[in-house]
Amino acid sequence: MKADEILTSLQEALGEHLTEGRIRTTTEGVRERTSSSVWANVDRERLHDAVAQVWGWGHSHLAVVSGSDQGETIELTYHLTHGWGTPDGETEIHLRTELPKDDPVIDTITDIIPVAVVTEREKEEMLNVDIRGLPDHRHIFLSEKFPGGIYPWRKDEQGIPDDMIRDFRDEGVHK
Amino acid sequence: MSRRYKMSVGPIHPALKEPIYFNLTIDGERIVEADVKPGQAHRGIEWMGMRRNIIQTIYLAERICGICSASHPFAFCRAVEMAAEIPVPPRAQYIRVIIAELERVHSHILWAGVAAHEIGFDTLFHKTWDVREKVMDLLELLTGNRVNYGMWQIGGVRRDILPEQVPKIQEALDYYAALLDPFQALFLEDRTIAARTRNTGILEAGVAEQLCALGPTTRASGLRRDVRVDDPYHAYADMELKALTPADMDLPMKIGGDVFDRIVVRLLELEQSVQILQFCVANLPDGPIMEEPKPAKLLRRLKKAEGEGVGRHEAPRGEVIHRVVLEAGKDELTTWKVRAPTYNNMFSWIPMLVGEEIADIPIIAASIDPCMSCMDRITLTDGATGSSTVLTGRELHRRSVEKTRRIMGGA
Repeated sequence: MKADEILTSLQEALGEHLTEGRIRTTTEGVRERTSSSVWANVDRERLHDAVAQVWGWGHSHLAVVSGSDQGETIELTYHLTHGWGTPDGETEIHLRTELPKDDPVIDTITDIIPVAVVTEREKEEMLNVDIRGLPDHRHIFLSEKFPGGIYPWRKDEQGIPDDMIRDFRDEGVHK
Repeated sequence: MSRRYKMSVGPIHPALKEPIYFNLTIDGERIVEADVKPGQAHRGIEWMGMRRNIIQTIYLAERICGICSASHPFAFCRAVEMAAEIPVPPRAQYIRVIIAELERVHSHILWAGVAAHEIGFDTLFHKTWDVREKVMDLLELLTGNRVNYGMWQIGGVRRDILPEQVPKIQEALDYYAALLDPFQALFLEDRTIAARTRNTGILEAGVAEQLCALGPTTRASGLRRDVRVDDPYHAYADMELKALTPADMDLPMKIGGDVFDRIVVRLLELEQSVQILQFCVANLPDGPIMEEPKPAKLLRRLKKAEGEGVGRHEAPRGEVIHRVVLEAGKDELTTWKVRAPTYNNMFSWIPMLVGEEIADIPIIAASIDPCMSCMDRITLTDGATGSSTVLTGRELHRRSVEKTRRIMGGA
Protein backbone atom coordinates (compact mmCIF):
# COMPACT_ATOMS: atom_id res chain seq x y z
CA MET A 1 0.00 0.00 0.00
CA LYS A 2 1.20 3.47 -0.86
CA ALA A 3 1.03 6.35 1.61
CA ASP A 4 -2.13 7.84 0.08
CA GLU A 5 -3.91 4.46 0.15
CA ILE A 6 -2.92 3.99 3.80
CA LEU A 7 -4.25 7.44 4.73
CA THR A 8 -7.50 6.95 2.80
CA SER A 9 -8.06 3.57 4.37
CA LEU A 10 -7.54 4.96 7.88
CA GLN A 11 -9.77 7.96 7.13
CA GLU A 12 -12.56 5.70 5.89
CA ALA A 13 -12.37 3.49 8.95
CA LEU A 14 -12.07 6.25 11.55
CA GLY A 15 -14.21 9.01 10.02
CA GLU A 16 -14.30 12.12 12.17
CA HIS A 17 -12.05 10.47 14.77
CA LEU A 18 -9.07 11.04 12.49
CA THR A 19 -8.00 14.65 11.95
CA GLU A 20 -5.11 16.47 10.30
CA GLY A 21 -4.31 13.44 8.15
CA ARG A 22 -1.38 14.34 5.91
CA ILE A 23 1.42 12.84 3.87
CA ARG A 24 4.92 14.22 4.29
CA THR A 25 7.74 13.56 1.89
CA THR A 26 11.52 13.81 1.83
CA THR A 27 13.83 13.57 -1.17
CA GLU A 28 16.61 10.99 -1.00
CA GLY A 29 19.78 10.40 -2.99
CA VAL A 30 21.02 11.72 -6.32
CA ARG A 31 18.09 10.06 -8.06
CA GLU A 32 15.77 12.08 -5.79
CA ARG A 33 13.64 9.21 -4.58
CA THR A 34 10.54 10.39 -2.71
CA SER A 35 10.09 8.87 0.72
CA SER A 36 6.54 9.32 2.03
CA SER A 37 5.18 9.02 5.54
CA VAL A 38 1.63 9.23 6.89
CA TRP A 39 0.84 11.49 9.85
CA ALA A 40 -2.52 11.86 11.60
CA ASN A 41 -4.20 12.74 14.87
CA VAL A 42 -6.52 10.05 16.21
CA ASP A 43 -8.98 10.31 19.12
CA ARG A 44 -7.81 8.19 22.02
CA GLU A 45 -11.00 6.10 21.98
CA ARG A 46 -10.17 4.93 18.46
CA LEU A 47 -6.36 4.69 18.63
CA HIS A 48 -6.59 0.99 19.49
CA ASP A 49 -8.75 0.39 16.39
CA ALA A 50 -6.33 2.29 14.19
CA VAL A 51 -3.37 0.21 15.40
CA ALA A 52 -5.42 -3.00 14.93
CA GLN A 53 -6.18 -1.93 11.37
CA VAL A 54 -2.53 -1.28 10.49
CA TRP A 55 -1.41 -4.52 12.17
CA GLY A 56 -4.11 -6.45 10.32
CA TRP A 57 -2.63 -5.53 6.94
CA GLY A 58 0.39 -7.72 7.74
CA HIS A 59 4.03 -6.76 7.18
CA SER A 60 3.43 -4.05 9.78
CA HIS A 61 5.77 -3.03 12.54
CA LEU A 62 5.57 -1.05 15.76
CA ALA A 63 8.76 0.98 16.09
CA VAL A 64 7.95 2.67 19.40
CA VAL A 65 5.42 4.85 21.21
CA SER A 66 6.80 8.30 22.03
CA GLY A 67 5.21 10.93 24.20
CA SER A 68 5.54 14.36 25.73
CA ASP A 69 4.02 16.78 28.20
CA GLN A 70 2.05 19.44 26.30
CA GLY A 71 0.97 21.50 29.30
CA GLU A 72 -2.75 20.76 29.50
CA THR A 73 -2.45 17.37 27.84
CA ILE A 74 -0.10 14.46 27.37
CA GLU A 75 0.60 13.57 23.78
CA LEU A 76 1.42 10.03 22.69
CA THR A 77 2.55 9.16 19.17
CA TYR A 78 2.47 5.59 17.90
CA HIS A 79 5.21 5.10 15.32
CA LEU A 80 4.27 2.23 13.03
CA THR A 81 5.36 1.14 9.59
CA HIS A 82 3.65 -0.93 6.96
CA GLY A 83 5.07 -2.81 3.99
CA TRP A 84 8.48 -3.98 5.16
CA GLY A 85 9.89 -6.82 3.13
CA THR A 86 9.20 -5.13 -0.20
CA PRO A 87 12.07 -3.05 -1.60
CA ASP A 88 10.99 0.59 -1.61
CA GLY A 89 7.63 -0.54 -0.21
CA GLU A 90 7.67 0.50 3.43
CA THR A 91 5.77 3.55 4.70
CA GLU A 92 6.02 5.09 8.14
CA ILE A 93 2.71 5.77 9.89
CA HIS A 94 2.72 8.19 12.83
CA LEU A 95 -0.53 8.31 14.83
CA ARG A 96 -0.76 11.00 17.46
CA THR A 97 -3.29 11.14 20.27
CA GLU A 98 -3.81 13.46 23.24
CA LEU A 99 -4.82 12.57 26.79
CA PRO A 100 -6.11 15.21 29.22
CA LYS A 101 -3.91 15.41 32.33
CA ASP A 102 -6.85 14.99 34.70
CA ASP A 103 -7.80 11.71 33.00
CA PRO A 104 -4.68 10.36 31.23
CA VAL A 105 -6.13 6.97 30.30
CA ILE A 106 -5.78 5.01 27.07
CA ASP A 107 -6.37 1.38 26.13
CA THR A 108 -3.40 -0.91 25.77
CA ILE A 109 -2.42 -2.23 22.35
CA THR A 110 -0.70 -5.30 23.86
CA ASP A 111 -3.74 -7.40 22.91
CA ILE A 112 -2.80 -6.70 19.28
CA ILE A 113 1.00 -6.44 19.56
CA PRO A 114 2.16 -8.17 22.78
CA VAL A 115 5.67 -6.74 22.63
CA ALA A 116 4.22 -3.21 22.99
CA VAL A 117 4.36 -3.98 26.72
CA VAL A 118 7.92 -2.55 26.74
CA THR A 119 7.05 0.81 25.31
CA GLU A 120 3.73 1.10 27.20
CA ARG A 121 5.41 0.42 30.53
CA GLU A 122 7.93 3.11 29.65
CA LYS A 123 5.11 5.61 28.99
CA GLU A 124 3.52 4.82 32.35
CA GLU A 125 6.70 5.36 34.36
CA MET A 126 7.94 8.37 32.40
CA LEU A 127 4.70 10.30 31.85
CA ASN A 128 2.23 9.02 34.49
CA VAL A 129 -0.35 7.90 31.97
CA ASP A 130 -2.67 5.01 32.73
CA ILE A 131 -2.56 2.27 30.10
CA ARG A 132 -5.84 0.40 30.62
CA GLY A 133 -5.47 -3.37 30.29
CA LEU A 134 -1.67 -3.41 30.35
CA PRO A 135 -0.69 -6.81 31.81
CA ASP A 136 2.43 -5.54 33.60
CA HIS A 137 2.68 -2.18 35.37
CA ARG A 138 6.19 -2.54 36.85
CA HIS A 139 8.88 0.01 36.12
CA ILE A 140 10.94 -0.97 33.12
CA PHE A 141 13.81 1.48 32.64
CA LEU A 142 13.58 3.23 36.00
CA SER A 143 14.69 1.46 39.14
CA GLU A 144 11.96 -0.01 41.34
CA LYS A 145 13.45 2.25 44.01
CA PHE A 146 12.86 5.41 41.95
CA PRO A 147 10.83 7.82 44.14
CA GLY A 148 7.07 7.67 43.62
CA GLY A 149 5.19 10.65 42.24
CA ILE A 150 8.07 11.72 39.98
CA TYR A 151 7.78 11.14 36.24
CA PRO A 152 10.93 12.20 34.35
CA TRP A 153 9.29 13.28 31.09
CA ARG A 154 6.67 15.48 32.78
CA LYS A 155 7.37 19.20 32.61
CA ASP A 156 5.04 20.19 35.48
CA GLU A 157 5.26 19.66 39.25
CA GLN A 158 5.41 15.88 38.66
CA GLY A 159 8.67 16.18 36.69
CA ILE A 160 12.25 15.90 37.98
CA PRO A 161 12.66 18.39 40.88
CA ASP A 162 15.74 20.62 40.91
CA ASP A 163 17.18 18.96 44.00
CA MET A 164 17.48 15.64 42.10
CA ILE A 165 19.87 17.16 39.58
CA ARG A 166 23.62 17.05 40.13
CA ASP A 167 25.49 19.57 38.02
CA PHE A 168 29.07 18.45 37.58
CA ARG A 169 30.06 21.87 36.20
CA ASP A 170 29.34 23.37 39.62
CA GLU A 171 30.46 20.45 41.74
CA GLY A 172 33.61 19.49 39.91
CA VAL A 173 33.78 15.92 38.70
CA HIS A 174 36.60 14.90 41.03
CA LYS A 175 35.07 16.02 44.33
CA MET B 1 13.57 -36.00 40.79
CA SER B 2 13.69 -32.76 38.90
CA ARG B 3 14.17 -29.62 40.88
CA ARG B 4 13.64 -26.11 39.58
CA TYR B 5 15.86 -23.19 40.46
CA LYS B 6 15.56 -19.45 39.94
CA MET B 7 18.61 -17.92 38.34
CA SER B 8 19.24 -14.20 37.85
CA VAL B 9 21.62 -12.69 35.36
CA GLY B 10 22.17 -9.02 36.01
CA PRO B 11 20.74 -6.45 36.74
CA ILE B 12 23.89 -4.70 35.55
CA HIS B 13 24.18 -7.15 32.76
CA PRO B 14 27.20 -6.71 30.55
CA ALA B 15 25.37 -7.83 27.44
CA LEU B 16 23.94 -4.38 26.84
CA LYS B 17 24.70 -0.70 27.00
CA GLU B 18 21.44 -0.44 28.89
CA PRO B 19 21.69 -2.63 31.98
CA ILE B 20 19.50 -5.69 31.79
CA TYR B 21 18.36 -8.44 34.06
CA PHE B 22 17.50 -12.02 33.08
CA ASN B 23 15.24 -13.89 35.44
CA LEU B 24 15.54 -17.54 34.54
CA THR B 25 13.94 -20.69 35.88
CA ILE B 26 16.21 -23.68 35.41
CA ASP B 27 15.70 -27.40 35.71
CA GLY B 28 19.12 -28.98 35.95
CA GLU B 29 21.10 -27.38 33.15
CA ARG B 30 17.99 -26.59 31.12
CA ILE B 31 16.27 -23.18 31.01
CA VAL B 32 12.49 -23.65 31.30
CA GLU B 33 11.32 -20.04 31.73
CA ALA B 34 12.90 -16.70 30.96
CA ASP B 35 11.95 -13.12 31.73
CA VAL B 36 13.86 -10.02 30.71
CA LYS B 37 13.78 -6.87 32.80
CA PRO B 38 15.78 -3.90 31.60
CA GLY B 39 17.74 -2.39 34.37
CA GLN B 40 18.34 0.30 36.82
CA ALA B 41 20.67 2.87 35.39
CA HIS B 42 18.66 4.89 32.90
CA ARG B 43 21.00 7.73 32.01
CA GLY B 44 18.29 10.19 30.99
CA ILE B 45 20.09 11.20 27.79
CA GLU B 46 16.82 12.41 26.26
CA TRP B 47 16.23 14.58 29.31
CA MET B 48 19.73 16.07 28.96
CA GLY B 49 19.25 16.58 25.24
CA MET B 50 16.17 18.71 25.84
CA ARG B 51 18.29 21.13 27.90
CA ARG B 52 20.92 22.11 25.34
CA ASN B 53 20.87 23.44 21.81
CA ILE B 54 20.26 21.16 18.86
CA ILE B 55 23.83 21.16 17.53
CA GLN B 56 25.13 20.21 20.99
CA THR B 57 22.57 17.42 21.09
CA ILE B 58 24.13 15.81 17.96
CA TYR B 59 27.24 15.07 20.04
CA LEU B 60 25.13 13.74 22.87
CA ALA B 61 23.30 11.45 20.40
CA GLU B 62 26.68 10.23 19.17
CA ARG B 63 27.52 9.16 22.74
CA ILE B 64 24.39 7.06 23.30
CA CYS B 65 26.41 4.08 22.10
CA GLY B 66 30.13 3.64 21.53
CA ILE B 67 29.72 1.28 18.60
CA CYS B 68 26.72 2.97 16.98
CA SER B 69 28.33 6.38 17.19
CA ALA B 70 27.44 6.97 13.53
CA SER B 71 23.96 5.41 13.63
CA HIS B 72 22.44 7.60 16.34
CA PRO B 73 23.52 10.96 14.90
CA PHE B 74 22.44 9.65 11.47
CA ALA B 75 18.86 9.04 12.66
CA PHE B 76 18.89 12.16 14.83
CA CYS B 77 19.99 14.50 12.03
CA ARG B 78 17.45 13.00 9.63
CA ALA B 79 14.72 13.68 12.20
CA VAL B 80 15.79 17.32 12.75
CA GLU B 81 16.21 17.87 9.00
CA MET B 82 12.67 16.59 8.40
CA ALA B 83 11.25 18.81 11.17
CA ALA B 84 13.11 21.96 10.08
CA GLU B 85 12.93 21.16 6.35
CA ILE B 86 16.68 21.39 5.83
CA PRO B 87 17.97 19.59 2.72
CA VAL B 88 21.19 17.55 2.71
CA PRO B 89 23.56 18.02 -0.24
CA PRO B 90 24.08 14.79 -2.26
CA ARG B 91 27.79 14.62 -1.45
CA ALA B 92 27.03 14.70 2.26
CA GLN B 93 24.39 11.97 1.79
CA TYR B 94 27.11 9.74 0.33
CA ILE B 95 29.71 10.59 2.98
CA ARG B 96 27.18 9.77 5.71
CA VAL B 97 26.56 6.36 4.16
CA ILE B 98 30.31 5.73 3.83
CA ILE B 99 30.87 6.39 7.55
CA ALA B 100 27.77 4.39 8.52
CA GLU B 101 28.88 1.37 6.44
CA LEU B 102 32.42 1.51 7.80
CA GLU B 103 30.80 1.40 11.21
CA ARG B 104 28.84 -1.70 10.18
CA VAL B 105 32.07 -3.37 8.98
CA HIS B 106 33.82 -2.76 12.29
CA SER B 107 30.73 -3.65 14.32
CA HIS B 108 30.09 -6.96 12.53
CA ILE B 109 33.78 -7.97 12.77
CA LEU B 110 33.78 -7.03 16.46
CA TRP B 111 30.68 -9.15 16.94
CA ALA B 112 32.21 -12.13 15.14
CA GLY B 113 35.18 -11.96 17.50
CA VAL B 114 32.97 -11.75 20.58
CA ALA B 115 30.93 -14.73 19.37
CA ALA B 116 34.12 -16.77 18.90
CA HIS B 117 35.31 -15.78 22.38
CA GLU B 118 31.99 -16.74 23.98
CA ILE B 119 32.38 -20.33 22.84
CA GLY B 120 36.05 -20.44 23.80
CA PHE B 121 37.56 -20.04 20.32
CA ASP B 122 40.02 -17.33 21.29
CA THR B 123 42.38 -17.83 18.34
CA LEU B 124 39.61 -16.70 16.04
CA PHE B 125 38.67 -13.90 18.44
CA HIS B 126 42.20 -12.45 18.23
CA LYS B 127 42.32 -12.92 14.46
CA THR B 128 39.02 -11.05 13.90
CA TRP B 129 39.95 -8.18 16.19
CA ASP B 130 43.31 -7.95 14.45
CA VAL B 131 41.73 -7.50 11.01
CA ARG B 132 39.22 -5.03 12.48
CA GLU B 133 42.08 -2.59 13.08
CA LYS B 134 42.19 -1.79 9.36
CA VAL B 135 38.71 -0.25 9.38
CA MET B 136 39.38 1.52 12.69
CA ASP B 137 42.48 3.12 11.17
CA LEU B 138 40.46 4.14 8.13
CA LEU B 139 37.76 5.72 10.31
CA GLU B 140 40.48 7.59 12.18
CA LEU B 141 41.96 8.80 8.90
CA LEU B 142 38.59 10.03 7.59
CA THR B 143 37.09 11.47 10.78
CA GLY B 144 39.96 11.93 13.23
CA ASN B 145 38.55 9.37 15.66
CA ARG B 146 38.18 5.60 16.03
CA VAL B 147 34.79 6.10 17.68
CA ASN B 148 32.57 9.18 18.18
CA TYR B 149 33.37 10.46 14.72
CA GLY B 150 32.04 14.00 15.04
CA MET B 151 31.06 13.89 11.35
CA TRP B 152 27.38 14.74 11.51
CA GLN B 153 25.95 18.21 11.24
CA ILE B 154 22.33 19.22 10.64
CA GLY B 155 22.12 19.48 6.85
CA GLY B 156 25.36 17.72 6.04
CA VAL B 157 28.66 16.44 7.35
CA ARG B 158 31.51 18.37 8.97
CA ARG B 159 34.43 16.88 7.03
CA ASP B 160 34.87 16.15 3.36
CA ILE B 161 36.48 13.06 1.90
CA LEU B 162 39.59 14.33 0.15
CA PRO B 163 40.86 12.93 -3.18
CA GLU B 164 44.07 11.71 -1.51
CA GLN B 165 42.01 9.68 0.98
CA VAL B 166 40.20 7.72 -1.72
CA PRO B 167 43.14 5.31 -2.44
CA LYS B 168 43.29 4.55 1.31
CA ILE B 169 39.59 3.67 1.32
CA GLN B 170 40.08 1.54 -1.79
CA GLU B 171 43.01 -0.26 -0.19
CA ALA B 172 40.92 -1.11 2.89
CA LEU B 173 38.02 -2.31 0.73
CA ASP B 174 40.35 -4.58 -1.26
CA TYR B 175 41.75 -5.89 2.03
CA TYR B 176 38.28 -6.81 3.30
CA ALA B 177 37.11 -8.16 -0.07
CA ALA B 178 40.05 -10.59 0.00
CA LEU B 179 39.15 -11.61 3.57
CA LEU B 180 35.54 -12.55 2.85
CA ASP B 181 36.23 -16.09 1.63
CA PRO B 182 38.66 -17.05 4.42
CA PHE B 183 36.22 -15.56 6.94
CA GLN B 184 33.36 -17.64 5.60
CA ALA B 185 35.52 -20.76 5.68
CA LEU B 186 36.69 -20.06 9.25
CA PHE B 187 33.21 -19.46 10.63
CA LEU B 188 30.98 -21.68 8.54
CA GLU B 189 33.12 -24.76 7.94
CA ASP B 190 34.41 -25.08 11.47
CA ARG B 191 33.09 -28.08 13.41
CA THR B 192 33.35 -26.37 16.79
CA ILE B 193 31.36 -23.33 15.75
CA ALA B 194 28.70 -25.45 14.05
CA ALA B 195 28.40 -27.69 17.13
CA ARG B 196 27.82 -24.76 19.45
CA THR B 197 25.62 -22.56 17.26
CA ARG B 198 23.42 -24.80 15.08
CA ASN B 199 19.95 -25.35 16.56
CA THR B 200 20.91 -23.11 19.47
CA GLY B 201 18.93 -20.00 20.40
CA ILE B 202 16.24 -20.46 17.76
CA LEU B 203 13.98 -17.55 16.83
CA GLU B 204 11.27 -18.61 14.40
CA ALA B 205 10.21 -16.21 11.65
CA GLY B 206 6.64 -15.81 12.91
CA VAL B 207 7.84 -15.07 16.42
CA ALA B 208 10.41 -12.56 15.17
CA GLU B 209 7.64 -10.76 13.30
CA GLN B 210 5.34 -10.72 16.35
CA LEU B 211 8.15 -9.37 18.50
CA CYS B 212 8.93 -6.56 16.01
CA ALA B 213 12.55 -7.81 16.09
CA LEU B 214 15.07 -5.93 14.00
CA GLY B 215 18.23 -6.14 11.97
CA PRO B 216 20.33 -9.29 11.61
CA THR B 217 18.32 -10.87 14.46
CA THR B 218 15.19 -10.89 12.29
CA ARG B 219 16.93 -11.43 8.94
CA ALA B 220 18.61 -14.58 10.31
CA SER B 221 15.10 -15.95 10.83
CA GLY B 222 14.41 -15.47 7.13
CA LEU B 223 12.53 -12.16 7.17
CA ARG B 224 13.71 -9.66 4.59
CA ARG B 225 13.46 -6.51 6.66
CA ASP B 226 16.01 -3.73 6.28
CA VAL B 227 15.32 0.03 6.38
CA ARG B 228 18.05 0.60 3.78
CA VAL B 229 16.02 -1.54 1.35
CA ASP B 230 12.40 -1.09 2.45
CA ASP B 231 12.45 2.70 2.73
CA PRO B 232 15.79 3.69 1.17
CA TYR B 233 17.34 7.02 2.06
CA HIS B 234 20.44 9.01 1.18
CA ALA B 235 22.89 7.05 -1.02
CA TYR B 236 20.99 3.79 -0.36
CA ALA B 237 18.19 5.18 -2.56
CA ASP B 238 20.57 5.15 -5.53
CA MET B 239 21.53 1.46 -5.21
CA GLU B 240 19.89 -1.85 -5.93
CA LEU B 241 20.01 -3.44 -2.50
CA LYS B 242 18.52 -6.59 -1.07
CA ALA B 243 17.78 -7.44 2.55
CA LEU B 244 19.95 -10.51 3.12
CA THR B 245 18.93 -13.75 4.80
CA PRO B 246 20.81 -17.07 5.15
CA ALA B 247 18.99 -18.17 1.95
CA ASP B 248 21.36 -15.88 0.05
CA MET B 249 24.34 -18.04 0.95
CA ASP B 250 24.77 -21.37 -0.75
CA LEU B 251 24.28 -23.63 2.26
CA PRO B 252 23.08 -27.23 2.39
CA MET B 253 20.64 -26.70 5.27
CA LYS B 254 17.37 -24.78 5.64
CA ILE B 255 17.10 -21.49 7.52
CA GLY B 256 17.02 -22.38 11.21
CA GLY B 257 16.84 -18.92 12.78
CA ASP B 258 19.59 -20.07 15.14
CA VAL B 259 22.87 -18.53 16.27
CA PHE B 260 24.62 -20.07 13.25
CA ASP B 261 22.26 -18.22 10.91
CA ARG B 262 22.99 -14.97 12.74
CA ILE B 263 26.66 -15.53 11.90
CA VAL B 264 25.76 -16.26 8.26
CA VAL B 265 23.74 -13.05 7.94
CA ARG B 266 26.48 -10.87 9.41
CA LEU B 267 29.08 -12.41 7.09
CA LEU B 268 26.80 -11.71 4.12
CA GLU B 269 26.31 -8.16 5.31
CA LEU B 270 30.04 -7.66 5.58
CA GLU B 271 30.25 -8.46 1.87
CA GLN B 272 27.28 -6.19 1.17
CA SER B 273 28.85 -3.31 3.09
CA VAL B 274 32.04 -3.61 1.05
CA GLN B 275 29.91 -3.42 -2.13
CA ILE B 276 27.97 -0.40 -0.82
CA LEU B 277 31.24 1.35 0.04
CA GLN B 278 32.65 0.60 -3.41
CA PHE B 279 29.52 2.08 -4.98
CA CYS B 280 29.68 5.21 -2.81
CA VAL B 281 33.37 5.83 -3.49
CA ALA B 282 32.92 5.32 -7.24
CA ASN B 283 29.81 7.52 -7.44
CA LEU B 284 30.63 10.19 -4.85
CA PRO B 285 28.89 13.33 -6.20
CA ASP B 286 30.65 16.69 -6.31
CA GLY B 287 29.38 19.72 -4.48
CA PRO B 288 29.06 21.16 -0.99
CA ILE B 289 29.00 19.00 2.13
CA MET B 290 26.80 21.27 4.24
CA GLU B 291 23.58 23.13 3.64
CA GLU B 292 24.70 25.84 6.08
CA PRO B 293 28.39 25.85 7.00
CA LYS B 294 28.15 28.57 9.68
CA PRO B 295 26.96 27.03 12.99
CA ALA B 296 25.63 30.37 14.31
CA LYS B 297 23.44 30.85 11.24
CA LEU B 298 22.33 27.23 11.40
CA LEU B 299 21.34 27.64 15.05
CA ARG B 300 19.31 30.76 14.18
CA ARG B 301 17.53 28.82 11.45
CA LEU B 302 16.82 25.94 13.82
CA LYS B 303 15.50 28.36 16.44
CA LYS B 304 12.96 29.71 13.96
CA ALA B 305 11.88 26.26 12.86
CA GLU B 306 8.68 24.71 14.10
CA GLY B 307 7.71 21.13 13.48
CA GLU B 308 8.11 17.47 14.11
CA GLY B 309 10.33 14.89 12.48
CA VAL B 310 11.23 11.24 12.60
CA GLY B 311 14.51 9.79 11.34
CA ARG B 312 15.35 6.15 10.85
CA HIS B 313 18.57 4.36 9.99
CA GLU B 314 19.51 0.70 9.70
CA ALA B 315 22.22 0.45 12.36
CA PRO B 316 24.41 -2.70 12.54
CA ARG B 317 21.88 -4.13 15.06
CA GLY B 318 18.72 -3.02 13.23
CA GLU B 319 16.48 -0.02 12.86
CA VAL B 320 17.24 2.96 15.08
CA ILE B 321 14.57 5.66 15.23
CA HIS B 322 14.65 9.19 16.64
CA ARG B 323 11.69 11.52 17.01
CA VAL B 324 12.13 15.25 17.62
CA VAL B 325 9.79 18.22 18.08
CA LEU B 326 11.06 21.77 17.48
CA GLU B 327 9.27 24.83 18.78
CA ALA B 328 9.88 28.28 17.26
CA GLY B 329 11.83 30.56 19.59
CA LYS B 330 13.50 27.75 21.50
CA ASP B 331 17.14 26.70 21.23
CA GLU B 332 16.49 23.18 22.48
CA LEU B 333 14.24 20.36 21.35
CA THR B 334 10.94 20.20 23.20
CA THR B 335 10.62 16.43 22.62
CA TRP B 336 13.30 13.88 21.84
CA LYS B 337 12.69 10.15 21.81
CA VAL B 338 15.40 7.63 20.94
CA ARG B 339 14.61 4.00 20.21
CA ALA B 340 17.70 1.83 19.79
CA PRO B 341 17.41 -1.61 18.14
CA THR B 342 18.00 -3.60 21.33
CA TYR B 343 14.84 -2.05 22.83
CA ASN B 344 12.92 -4.23 20.39
CA ASN B 345 15.35 -7.14 20.16
CA MET B 346 15.66 -7.90 23.87
CA PHE B 347 12.34 -9.73 24.07
CA SER B 348 13.50 -12.14 21.38
CA TRP B 349 15.89 -13.52 24.00
CA ILE B 350 12.96 -15.22 25.74
CA PRO B 351 12.06 -17.70 22.97
CA MET B 352 15.77 -18.11 22.22
CA LEU B 353 16.72 -19.05 25.78
CA VAL B 354 13.87 -21.37 26.72
CA GLY B 355 14.94 -24.99 26.34
CA GLU B 356 18.65 -24.18 26.20
CA GLU B 357 21.42 -24.84 28.70
CA ILE B 358 23.10 -22.44 31.12
CA ALA B 359 26.33 -22.83 29.16
CA ASP B 360 24.54 -21.48 26.09
CA ILE B 361 23.54 -18.18 27.73
CA PRO B 362 26.70 -16.30 26.66
CA ILE B 363 26.48 -17.19 22.97
CA ILE B 364 22.71 -16.69 22.81
CA ALA B 365 22.88 -13.36 24.62
CA ALA B 366 25.67 -12.30 22.29
CA SER B 367 23.87 -13.53 19.18
CA ILE B 368 21.55 -10.51 18.98
CA ASP B 369 24.73 -8.42 19.26
CA PRO B 370 24.57 -6.50 22.48
CA CYS B 371 28.00 -5.60 23.87
CA MET B 372 29.31 -8.54 25.95
CA SER B 373 32.29 -6.67 27.33
CA CYS B 374 32.34 -7.31 31.06
CA MET B 375 30.13 -10.18 32.22
CA ASP B 376 29.49 -9.29 35.79
CA ARG B 377 27.90 -11.85 38.10
CA ILE B 378 25.20 -14.47 38.20
CA THR B 379 23.23 -15.60 41.23
CA LEU B 380 21.91 -19.13 41.45
CA THR B 381 19.07 -19.35 43.95
CA ASP B 382 17.86 -22.65 45.28
CA GLY B 383 14.09 -22.49 44.80
CA ALA B 384 13.36 -24.81 47.73
CA THR B 385 15.65 -23.35 50.38
CA GLY B 386 16.07 -19.83 49.04
CA SER B 387 19.83 -20.18 49.34
CA SER B 388 21.83 -18.69 46.56
CA THR B 389 25.17 -19.13 44.89
CA VAL B 390 26.98 -16.36 43.15
CA LEU B 391 28.66 -17.24 39.89
CA THR B 392 31.05 -14.77 38.37
CA GLY B 393 31.01 -13.94 34.70
CA ARG B 394 34.27 -15.84 34.46
CA GLU B 395 32.53 -18.94 35.78
CA LEU B 396 29.75 -18.63 33.19
CA HIS B 397 32.35 -18.24 30.46
CA ARG B 398 34.19 -21.32 31.83
CA ARG B 399 30.97 -23.34 31.56
CA SER B 400 30.57 -22.26 27.95
CA VAL B 401 34.15 -23.23 27.08
CA GLU B 402 33.72 -26.57 28.87
CA LYS B 403 30.62 -27.29 26.84
CA THR B 404 32.59 -26.70 23.63
CA ARG B 405 35.28 -29.15 24.82
CA ARG B 406 32.66 -31.71 25.82
CA ILE B 407 30.94 -31.55 22.45
CA MET B 408 34.18 -31.81 20.55
CA GLY B 409 34.55 -35.42 21.59
CA GLY B 410 35.85 -35.05 25.14
CA ALA B 411 39.11 -33.68 23.79
